[in-house]
Amino acid sequence: MVEFIQHIINGLSLGSIYALIALGYTMVFGVLQLINFAHGDIYMMGAFVGLFSSRWLGLAAHPSLGSLLIAIVCAMTVCALTGYLIERLAYRPLRKSPRINLLITAVGVSLFLEFSGQLWLGADPKFFPEIFKFDGGLLKWGDIVLNPLTLTVLIISLSLMALLHILVTRTRLGRAMRAVSFSHDHAALMGIPTDRIISATFMLGSALAGAAGVMVGLIYPKIEPLMGVLPGLKAFVAAVLGGIGNLTGAVLGAMILGMSEEFLVGYGSSAYRDALAFAILILTLLIKPTGLLGHGKVEKV
Amino acid sequence: MLLASNGCSKNSETNTSGAGDGDSLLIGEIAPMTGSEATFGVSTHRGIELAFEQINGSGGIKGKKLKLQTMDNQGKTDEAALAATKLITQSKVIAILAEPTSGRTLAIAPLAQRYKIPLISSSATNPRVTEVGDYIFRVCFIDPFQGPVISRFIYATKHLKNIAILTDMKSDYSVSLSEIFESHFKNQGGKIVAKQSYAAGDVDFKAQLTALRNDKPDGIFIPGYYTEVGLIARQAKELGITVPLFGGDGWDSPKLAEIAGASINGSFFANHYSADDPSPVTQQFIKDYKSRYGDIPDGMAAMGFDSAQVLAQALKRAENFSGDAIRASLASTKDHSGVTGTFSMDANRNPSKSAVMLEVQNGKFNFIAKISPKDL
Repeated sequence: MVEFIQHIINGLSLGSIYALIALGYTMVFGVLQLINFAHGDIYMMGAFVGLFSSRWLGLAAHPSLGSLLIAIVCAMTVCALTGYLIERLAYRPLRKSPRINLLITAVGVSLFLEFSGQLWLGADPKFFPEIFKFDGGLLKWGDIVLNPLTLTVLIISLSLMALLHILVTRTRLGRAMRAVSFSHDHAALMGIPTDRIISATFMLGSALAGAAGVMVGLIYPKIEPLMGVLPGLKAFVAAVLGGIGNLTGAVLGAMILGMSEEFLVGYGSSAYRDALAFAILILTLLIKPTGLLGHGKVEKV
Repeated sequence: MLLASNGCSKNSETNTSGAGDGDSLLIGEIAPMTGSEATFGVSTHRGIELAFEQINGSGGIKGKKLKLQTMDNQGKTDEAALAATKLITQSKVIAILAEPTSGRTLAIAPLAQRYKIPLISSSATNPRVTEVGDYIFRVCFIDPFQGPVISRFIYATKHLKNIAILTDMKSDYSVSLSEIFESHFKNQGGKIVAKQSYAAGDVDFKAQLTALRNDKPDGIFIPGYYTEVGLIARQAKELGITVPLFGGDGWDSPKLAEIAGASINGSFFANHYSADDPSPVTQQFIKDYKSRYGDIPDGMAAMGFDSAQVLAQALKRAENFSGDAIRASLASTKDHSGVTGTFSMDANRNPSKSAVMLEVQNGKFNFIAKISPKDL
């Protein structure tokens, strides 16, 4: 029983990281109908920005919640800018082209980020400094242990998701984003500057991925230029599972994926850990391609 | 997501002339200079480089200088095989020094054997490596010895009877050492209460550790490489696991304590050498290495040095510089006085060497015991 509950806690923590990345995928798909494969690498950049800002601002010398938040803010800012640049330079010129061109370009951007990262930063793993420490030790209920670091990350992730929800449902920007994802032309007719909204969407999604990168760097201190590949793919699967284009779906899909992965590895074999995500992808596309919370789009001819 | 295409492997060439050409002998080296086992590659390389400098400084081999061509395999098996093919067919090296890890040595060895280029591995401990053929040698002990060393230490010295094993199933070294350890430990009367696995490259081990924790082991045996071991140690502490951790020579890296922090204190691992070894050959090596590179050498550097020296002595004794002559000379290595002990090549091209058990405390590896094959 204890083991079971511990696995649930671990799974939620894993899921919240996938959720932050999946939200970016789903938002961009919503406004552009594009799977931005470079998103996983934005997450990787976030981790590295966190690393370098910790070094340059001397955050490791003052480990505290404040330091963590500063690193997160730095990462979110740089990643948002990167997201904006990628959209402007790589995707916007192809707005009118067939979707396959955009997809291939996205893969190209992804490879570019990964390998320039390797060239510039070196292919060996770097170690994230401890910019947040909990002096009180571990939190325990009997045998169940919760690392306060994991709890903090969970709280920050959920807060970011809540903020995003408020932004999307209660603000003008959010309304504009929803309008643009419904239809570009209709939104433009209503006076919404579609290009700017799309850029804003990219920046938001990238900022979330950047935050995820810093938090992952904190709990799993090993970071390297290719670290975004697998989490990016898994977050994509999570977004599809929940219904691509649907924000709540992305979070739901990510939590389900995180938990299933944890339980598979805990009770079964870790050999299939990564295969699980792709098995889920195949099953989702076979059984309910629109995802758990997605609705089918009726195309009237 | 087309990551199947690997970039060009980085390699530093100090000389590109062919083997036995003019006044130099070209020796190839393949090492993981970048990637998760980067410290293995860098340390081994430095050991070899130091040895070559010393040999060249005292006249070289029969008047010829040793030249080293190093290729970085980035920690990837396919890059290692590619590097081997390049070194053998294009650069025409007369011998290869590779690799610190068993998995990649197993990828390179068949190529060396096929082309009849002698290969010496500095620290691949999987028994299958030298079984590839008579051109494959090593200067380290093998897992059928290392496993029992650790097993005996845990059972007879530390008196722990219930052990869990956490294996890196992507590593030939880890898989073989786990199996050997398990059978020896059970033979002594111990119990393996749980077995879990992970893959090299993973960063999250909480699921496996939670499952292990449930089976209440007295200790956990983690025969993996230092990057994952460091992360595992951290997460074990975070899950409230306080039992000691044990490992093999894959732990030997200055980065282990950096990654693990305080969580690895009080853990033990088997290694090829200890910097506290009072032998004069060892201490001289430590002095030379420190003045050349500024750090105390780790086990990988010592093994690299010994592999280079064994090759050099064999080249001195060889009739000529053909593959067969070098092979025969290597096979006749007897009582080589190395930094990591005095040893000879046995009929299977493995040396009979002692192991040391080290304890990790505050970033230092403290010598606990030396176990020779006679003790088992």
